[in-house]
Formats: sequence, C-alpha cells, structure tokens
Amino acid sequence: MTWDWGAVRAFMPHFWDGLLVTLQALALGSVISFALGLVWALLMRAPTRWVRWPVGAVTEFVRNTPLLVQLFFLFYVLPEWGLTFSALTTGVFAIGLHYSTYTMQVYRAGIEAVPAGQWEAATALNLPRRRTWTAVILPQAIRRVVPALGNYVISMLKDTPMLMAITVLEMLGQARLYSQQHFQFTEPLTVIGVAFILVSSLASFLLRALERRLVR
Amino acid sequence: MTAGLWELVLRGLWTTLQLLFFSALLATAVSFAAGVARTHRLWIVRFLAGFYTEVFRGTSALVMIFWVFFVLPPAFGWQLVPMWAGTLALGLTYGAYGSEIVRGALNAVDPAQREGGIALSFTPWQRMRLILLPQAVPEMIPSFCNLLVELLKGTSLVSVMGMGDLAFSGNLVRLALQESAEIYTYLLIGYFLIAFALTRLMRGLEKRLKRGIGKDPLDEAGARAVKRAATSGVAARTATTTGARTARTAAGGVETVEGGAL
Repeated sequence: MTWDWGAVRAFMPHFWDGLLVTLQALALGSVISFALGLVWALLMRAPTRWVRWPVGAVTEFVRNTPLLVQLFFLFYVLPEWGLTFSALTTGVFAIGLHYSTYTMQVYRAGIEAVPAGQWEAATALNLPRRRTWTAVILPQAIRRVVPALGNYVISMLKDTPMLMAITVLEMLGQARLYSQQHFQFTEPLTVIGVAFILVSSLASFLLRALERRLVR
Repeated sequence: MTAGLWELVLRGLWTTLQLLFFSALLATAVSFAAGVARTHRLWIVRFLAGFYTEVFRGTSALVMIFWVFFVLPPAFGWQLVPMWAGTLALGLTYGAYGSEIVRGALNAVDPAQREGGIALSFTPWQRMRLILLPQAVPEMIPSFCNLLVELLKGTSLVSVMGMGDLAFSGNLVRLALQESAEIYTYLLIGYFLIAFALTRLMRGLEKRLKRGIGKDPLDEAGARAVKRAATSGVAARTATTTGARTARTAAGGVETVEGGAL
C-alpha cells in the first residue's frame, strides 16, 4: 500500500471546489425538501380524498424508487419536454423532491403529536382555520420535528455524491475526475471518504446541540 | 422492444435481485453482530462496534462503492468480482444502519426480562438467545423493512460502476431506443414493484413473529385508539416517530426505537 501526500496536496484545490458544490446542493436541497414536505403533509390532511389519494400515491412512489433513476429521469427527460436546466439545478431539485417525501412523514408525525386539546382550544376560541394552523398547530409541530428533519439533512449529505452521475462536479465527481486524469485513485477517494465522515459527524454534533436547546 | 433488449433487462433484474439478496444477508449478519456487540459488557468491544458504526454510517454508500472498487485492489492486492465488491460495500454500509436498529430494540426490552434471566442463572449467551432476541426481533422488523427498501434503492448505485443491474440495463435500452421518458418510467415502476413486494413480505413476517410471542400487531381501529390516548395527554413526546410507530410503541409499552436515522 502506497500513500502519496503529494497527490493529496495536489488534489486539495479540487477538493475545496467539490466541497463547495456539495454544500450548495445540500443547502438548496434541504430548503426545497422542507418546503415541499410541508406542502405534501398539509395536502394529505385535505378534506377530500381526491387530493389525498393522488398525493399519497405520488409520494409513496417517489419514496420507494431510487434517487439515481429519478436523477436520470429529470436530467434526460426534462430537456425533451423543452425544460433545460443546469445539471446542478436538476440535481438539487431531484434531491429536494426525493427527500420531501421523507420530511412529509416527519411533519405528519409532528402534526399528529400535537395534543388534541390544542385543536379543541382553537375551536373553542373560534379561531379561523388558517389561524389555527399558523398560530397554534404548526409552531408546536415544527418545533418537535426539527431533530428528525436534521437527520434527513445528514442523509441528504450522503446522497449528494449521486449528482456525479449527472455530471455535477461535487466532491466525488472531483475525486473521480482527478483520479482519472492522474491515475491515482487511493488518495482522492480516501480524502473525500474522510471528509464525508467529518462533515456528517460535525453536522450530527451540531444537531444534538440544537436538539438539546429545542427540547429542553 | 426486441427480444435481445428484453433479455438484457431481465438479466439486469436478476443481477439487482441477487445483489439485493446477498447484501441484505451480509447487512443482517453485520447489524446483529455489531448491534449485539454494542450491548457487550467489555468497553473495548462496545467501542470497536461503535467505531465501525460511526465510520460506515458517516460515509456515503456511493463513496464506499468507489472505494471498494478502486482503492481496495491496489492497496491490498484484492481484486473482487463486481458482484462481491458491490455486496461488500452495500452490506457494510447498510449493516451499520441496521446495527443501530438492533441496539435500539435490544435496549427497549423490559429490563425486568434481563434481570429474570440473571435470577434464573442463564449465561449471557442464553439470555441473549432465549430472552432478549425473541422479544427484540419483532420490534425491529418495521425498521428493517424501511432499511431493506433503502438497500434496494442503494443497489442502483452499482450501475455507476458499470455493473449490469436493472438501472444499468435501463440506461442501455434508453440509448438503443432513444425513448428516455418511457424507459425511465418503466424502470421506476419496476423498482417500485420490487419495493412493494418487499414491504408486503416484511409485514407478513412481522405478523408471524409477533404472534409467536403473543403480541398482535394492531389493526387500524386499535391503532387509532392508542393514538388518541397518546395525543390527548400533554406528555406526547414521540414527535420523531411516525404515526404508525407511535401507536405500535405505545401499545407495546416499550421505549421508542429510533434506529438508522442518521
């Protein structure tokens, strides 16, 4: 086994570029998945089954199929329909969509965990429906689910390497490019492997701190 | 589609199923070994198992696959057949998630059960085999079911390495026919059907195991009743679990098992 520190040094500039793209995809993907997940969760509580069933079926489908194939679908099919986005945009949207079907479950659990008395109190105070949601239910529900949402951010971080398959140069993409150009596989791949462990450990540490503050 | 292309797709499907089966076996073995080791009384065993879990849970499955395909051969002189390389990478990664499920379920068994085993002077191995595992395993099944679907989705990653699984053959068919939308839709439906079958299978298994220890999985009305009881009180603290699991844990009277979330 040979380990070449020179290769590590030469790879580092590419690594920082890749890390930046990974974090970008992660941040934007999280925002999309949080927003879209809440939309799905609220639609699933719609009074008519004509809304609930299609939303349930679509999200179930998206959750049970591989993100990789979804990425291919969006990357190769959308241009055929006349929608052309950059690879990163497509990837961010795919990750956000995929994970929104997970965050939707989290929101649902959070909403269901709000005590029934809160609903009854809102009814007793004659609050309108919108205000019941925005002022009573959601603030309590979202506070409860922040730790679970954070876990999905970490999962999302570990799924960003898939963007490499649609030509995004994130960490793994950079490592692959570098290894193919210089024919040194060990160092770049190990560097990004360690980087993933470090970033996800750091994230879960921060998450635990946040959880302690929120849950008391 | 011509017969040749169909054969390609079927061969891809077979590769995916084989890979799923082998890596699920490896992941189950690893998760039980590491999960049980994390409840061991020697700190060094606990530490090693915890270290394994943290490392493999921390990296991405795709990075792991790259590492096994490209770094392992020159570093240690092992050139693995793609199928085994994929099995190794996926099995170890998902085994790390599984070990958290096993640990959580073992910790959730009523402490009185363990004490009862000690009082009857069972050896630690007998306690694990005869008392703890039979009660913990049915509680693990729903989480393992989710993990199995995740693993199925993970098997598509090996197509990036040029291994001829379902996703890879789908890509080839797309190149041959130039019909992206259709082919990818069929591909997604194919994966969905496999996942659906797996979920059904696991649900049946859970029912059988629960009946074996005299617990009935809740029907819908029972689940609703339990949920009402859990949410009408002020102390509803199971926010991170989904509704069904909330009901299940509340009914079983065991602590929440939250595994593999990281």
